[in-house]
Amino acid sequence: MALKMVKGSIDRMFDKNLQDLVRGIRNHKEDEAKYISQCIDEIKQELKQDNIAVKANAVCKLTYLQMLGYDISWAAFNIIEVMSASKFTFKRIGYLAASQSFHEGTDVIMLTTNQIRKDLSSPSQYDTGVALTGLSCFVTPDLARDLANDIMTLMSHTKPYIRKKAVLIMYKVFLKYPESLRPAFPRLKEKLEDPDPGVQSAAVNVICELARRNPKNYLSLAPLFFKLMTSSTNNWVLIKIIKLFGALTPLEPRLGKKLIEPLTNLIHSTSAMSLLYECVNTVIAVLISLSSGMPNHSASIQLCVQKLRILIEDSDQNLKYLGLLAMSKILKTHPKSVQSHKDLILQCLDDKDESIRLRALDLLYGMVSKKNLMEIVKKLMTHVDKAEGTTYRDELLTKIIDICSQSNYQYITNFEWYISILVELTRLEGTRHGHLIAAQMLDVAIRVKAIRKFAVSQMSALLDSAHLLASSTQRNGICEVLYAAAWICGEFSEHLQEPHHTLEAMLRPKVTTLPGHIQAVYVQNVVKLYASILQQKEQAGEAEGAQAVTQLMVDRLPQFVQSADLEVQERASCILQLVKHIQKLQAKDVPVAEEVSALFAGELNPVAPKAQKKVPVPEGLDLDAWINEPLSDSESEDERPRAVFHEEEQRRPKHRPSEADEEELARRREARKQEQANNPFYIKSSPSPQKRYQDTPGVEHIPVVQIDLSVPLKVPGLPMSDQYVKLEEERRHRQKLEKDKRRKKRKEKEKKGKRRHSSLPTESDEDIAPAQQVDIVTEEMPENALPSDEDDKDPNDPYRALDIDLDKPLADSEKLPIQKHRNAETSKSPEKDVPVVEKKRKKPKKKEKKHKEKERDKEKKKEKEKKKSPKHKKKKHRKEKEERTKGKKKSKKQPSGSEEAAGKPVQNGAPEEEQLPPESSYSLLAENSYVKMTCDIRGSLQEDSQVTVSIVLENRSSSILKGMELSVLDSLNARMARPQGSSVHDGVPVPFQLPPGVSNEAQYVFTIQSIVMAQKLKGTLSFIAKNDEGATHEKLDFRLHFSCSSYLITTPCYSDAFAKLLESGDLSMSSIKVDGIQMSFQNLLAKICFHHHFSVVERVDSCASMYSRSIQGHHVCLLVKKGENSVSVDGKCSDSTLLSNLLEEMKATLAKC
Amino acid sequence: MQFMLLFSRQGKLRLQKWYVPLSDKEKKKITRELVQTVLARKPKMCSFLEWRDLKIVYKRYASLYFCCAIEDQDNELITLEIIHRYVELLDKYFGSVCELDIIFNFEKAYFILDEFLLGGEVQETSKKNVLKAIEQADLLQESPKKTLSPIF
Repeated sequence: MALKMVKGSIDRMFDKNLQDLVRGIRNHKEDEAKYISQCIDEIKQELKQDNIAVKANAVCKLTYLQMLGYDISWAAFNIIEVMSASKFTFKRIGYLAASQSFHEGTDVIMLTTNQIRKDLSSPSQYDTGVALTGLSCFVTPDLARDLANDIMTLMSHTKPYIRKKAVLIMYKVFLKYPESLRPAFPRLKEKLEDPDPGVQSAAVNVICELARRNPKNYLSLAPLFFKLMTSSTNNWVLIKIIKLFGALTPLEPRLGKKLIEPLTNLIHSTSAMSLLYECVNTVIAVLISLSSGMPNHSASIQLCVQKLRILIEDSDQNLKYLGLLAMSKILKTHPKSVQSHKDLILQCLDDKDESIRLRALDLLYGMVSKKNLMEIVKKLMTHVDKAEGTTYRDELLTKIIDICSQSNYQYITNFEWYISILVELTRLEGTRHGHLIAAQMLDVAIRVKAIRKFAVSQMSALLDSAHLLASSTQRNGICEVLYAAAWICGEFSEHLQEPHHTLEAMLRPKVTTLPGHIQAVYVQNVVKLYASILQQKEQAGEAEGAQAVTQLMVDRLPQFVQSADLEVQERASCILQLVKHIQKLQAKDVPVAEEVSALFAGELNPVAPKAQKKVPVPEGLDLDAWINEPLSDSESEDERPRAVFHEEEQRRPKHRPSEADEEELARRREARKQEQANNPFYIKSSPSPQKRYQDTPGVEHIPVVQIDLSVPLKVPGLPMSDQYVKLEEERRHRQKLEKDKRRKKRKEKEKKGKRRHSSLPTESDEDIAPAQQVDIVTEEMPENALPSDEDDKDPNDPYRALDIDLDKPLADSEKLPIQKHRNAETSKSPEKDVPVVEKKRKKPKKKEKKHKEKERDKEKKKEKEKKKSPKHKKKKHRKEKEERTKGKKKSKKQPSGSEEAAGKPVQNGAPEEEQLPPESSYSLLAENSYVKMTCDIRGSLQEDSQVTVSIVLENRSSSILKGMELSVLDSLNARMARPQGSSVHDGVPVPFQLPPGVSNEAQYVFTIQSIVMAQKLKGTLSFIAKNDEGATHEKLDFRLHFSCSSYLITTPCYSDAFAKLLESGDLSMSSIKVDGIQMSFQNLLAKICFHHHFSVVERVDSCASMYSRSIQGHHVCLLVKKGENSVSVDGKCSDSTLLSNLLEEMKATLAKC
Repeated sequence: MQFMLLFSRQGKLRLQKWYVPLSDKEKKKITRELVQTVLARKPKMCSFLEWRDLKIVYKRYASLYFCCAIEDQDNELITLEIIHRYVELLDKYFGSVCELDIIFNFEKAYFILDEFLLGGEVQETSKKNVLKAIEQADLLQESPKKTLSPIF
């Protein structure tokens, strides 16, 4: 024995301690991985020993390795062993390891409950402290529930050291176990006035964090905090309090008014930048919330802006950055006060730090006005030229476009200038944003009619110099603008100065090196151009010229016919044939220009991007219904070869006279127009026409632009936006002079005594008249478009659970559970109904406790029920009435097999419910020779904790069934909603009678307290069966099974919200695996969706994420993976019991697949 | 505060403290991403960056980067202050701290951090109190028997 001890201690001498390990790793730089795996082996040996010191040493080393990225989850149990060591030295290491490596998925974590409780109540404050610190890192909902009461006690510990830790950790507990907030809050509030400043600041911290998430519940604390704010000198605390006020003021404007003064005082007096920054931010928030009410705070805004200017001017980059950040907040509501600091912000654009430049760019966006847009953009353009990195340059480019195009080009007074800016931007090398520029060019050219002529001239110049843009190195980016250029030149070819020249440019052989989709646009627009040239030539009587153009087309088009791109090839060959045909006609001296240009007649109007979505579905139109029954597979296969022949046949007799063709075309057009006019499903284009033909009336009402010719439309030479800036200045100067003259005159008139309104001498935005009277064609929307629906708010906010009214008096039932002697096993909370012998023995005890809790809950519920019931009753009555009438109408229905029969009455019997999928969710409840009961249980969408049970009763006898009554035995957890005045034991009448062979449906509402477990309720249906021979009283017993799935409501969830939910980490996790599954994944998902009320969030191959919500707001997330013959389901849910029960149910469903 | 990372200029992690529960995989991913981003920044740049929906505040002391992730509404400057305060604490405790001190006594560095911050919130703003608590706990560690004696 002694020898063994000695041997042990000698061994220990050879053990590596942490320092040795670190040194070792540093000495084995080449084969680090190998060395560490060797160390891990040693550690595993050490952990097997009984000596706690050795174990602690091993765990300490593991903690280090964990930081280096090695997995140590296998040692979780050993960590717990070390945590429970009696010596502080080891305990400390154990808790450290746990806090670094434990998370909610660590399954042994539940074993720690008792150890932690023991440590919390340890006489040594350092034991307690270390336990609290550790717990703050790995607290789970279970731990929070079990330990909440212990921690709450510690909040009143004699030592401030413990008090402050306990107060701080309460915040983590609240997050995990929101029920603890109300019982703990009074004590937390008390701590705001704790004699120890550390505890006080901890309490401020916690309440501030809570209030930031759900401010409205903390408004009543405002006076207390106000006092703290004016008395405290601790900057850390002040910052928190001020932040808290920032959250409260939007809810209580009066508070804001009161705050302004102390905050401005602080701004003036403090030397701490962090506090100053916080004050400024809060003042901004306050002013934003006040701005609607009273605009009389210009002094405060001015102060903030001044202080921010000082920050921005500071040499410290951090302050500069934050100054700009805060400035952008002011900008939103008080743009004028920021705009005067434009110089400073433009200066920041030259900063070395990219993040500062980006912030400044953000600010610029809001600072532009009609007056300064050109100047700002000019400045940005010089930056574009200077910028070194492509990312920053691209950012600049997008910002320029953003700034100019914001609010429907509101600030652009001269679109020629804008087009030239866009053209200048195309000279950027290697930008990714070619498509963005192209989109702008198209948008402007289409929507600003007055600019088309100029745009076309610029675009033709671009096309002419296409070789510059499309050189092979930069193919990907900028050549996109050629797409726009080609389209604009084609579509608005009537404005072209030298169409022939442009045509040639577009038919250059070099064009074939462009990407396919651009070539396709080229080909298409070449024809438009060609059409307009033909027309010109024919009108001028130059037949030869026209023929020459045709010849050019015939010569050049074949290069596109050879294109590898299908689209290009198809269009080109089609057009080549057309042109050849025209050539023939021209040879016969037939005038063709009219007809060719008729191909492209008509006006294109811009359509709003959301227009299609906004078209309301006409009443009675079912978009999912088949118009024609789909053809069977075999038929469609037969069809295919025939279609090939068909096509070939058609190709031959292609030489029809084109006149007939055109006539036919026009006729068809007319017919289609008629048809569209009469077709209610066609999106009609009023008020402005979607597409009308040149000669049809209606184009007139599109605002035609008056061009103010004081500005020359074309600036000689290549467009230089700078020239416009100069011109613009001159123009404005002229305008101003004129205006001044006018004003003077007016002044003279008004000279005597009359009040002048607002003729301030400064030039305001409104004074600047645009260079061109430009009407921007608004984007089309369908008539009676639905009002825009805002994006749904994120339902997955993890802090939502803490939105709890704290002023309500505390009910008994809300007291925190006090657990005295519990072993780790039971800490798992409500168990599944698994018949394990050991567990059974414990059960009665547990049940008793639950029983008591339930009883209390029940009483509370009753009170609530009383208040609710009148409303309830009405609602139900209405429903019943409806059912009765429905029942009468449908009383001659033929019953059939259970699944199908059940499906039909649903549609009739439950008109208010949402549509059910074709498969039936009704399951058999009970049956005898008289009656068959099937039922469906669904969570109620309106009320929390309620489910609606729809019971279909089918009379299968030859008697008439009447006097039907349903009596259900309530459990503690589930209660049937009964008409007012009836007792628990009374039956609830079924609101209809059933003649032989008829079925009908009745709905009942149940209130469920806890939904984490499945429920079974016993019930009896009693009725009188009456036939010719007489009447008998009959009974049918049934058991209502409320599965956990029936508490779920199919709720769609977007993948980003889903990801956020998973990231939030508030969910506990569990998983199942089912083998031997043959069903296809698609069907499997459908089954889960249908039977368990989930919706698919995302599906990738044989893996899908699904989401659902319980009627009490638990989130349930699933990851379903299909292996070869198996399916695994990983679930995450805000309640672990609910999750495990759900998974069990799912397992049962899947096992049947 | 959501988490705090300490890493060297070579990108080696020296300390990590997570105040939000995340899986190891996620932690590793975040660490890798942040170390890369922060190391790529030029010395003249400001100490803040926006990352996912969080704000990252970092500061370099000698060869070590201290990097904190805070939420949108949190105050960047006070976070810098927290970092600085922690460095001061380490400095006081180790006596002009260097990277090696933290490597070889990493558990001590954690203990100090735990006395200073709890659950991502500042627990004790007084340097003196933090160090006092650490020293007393260390005392307890070195002579555990002594502390047991008062019971008898």
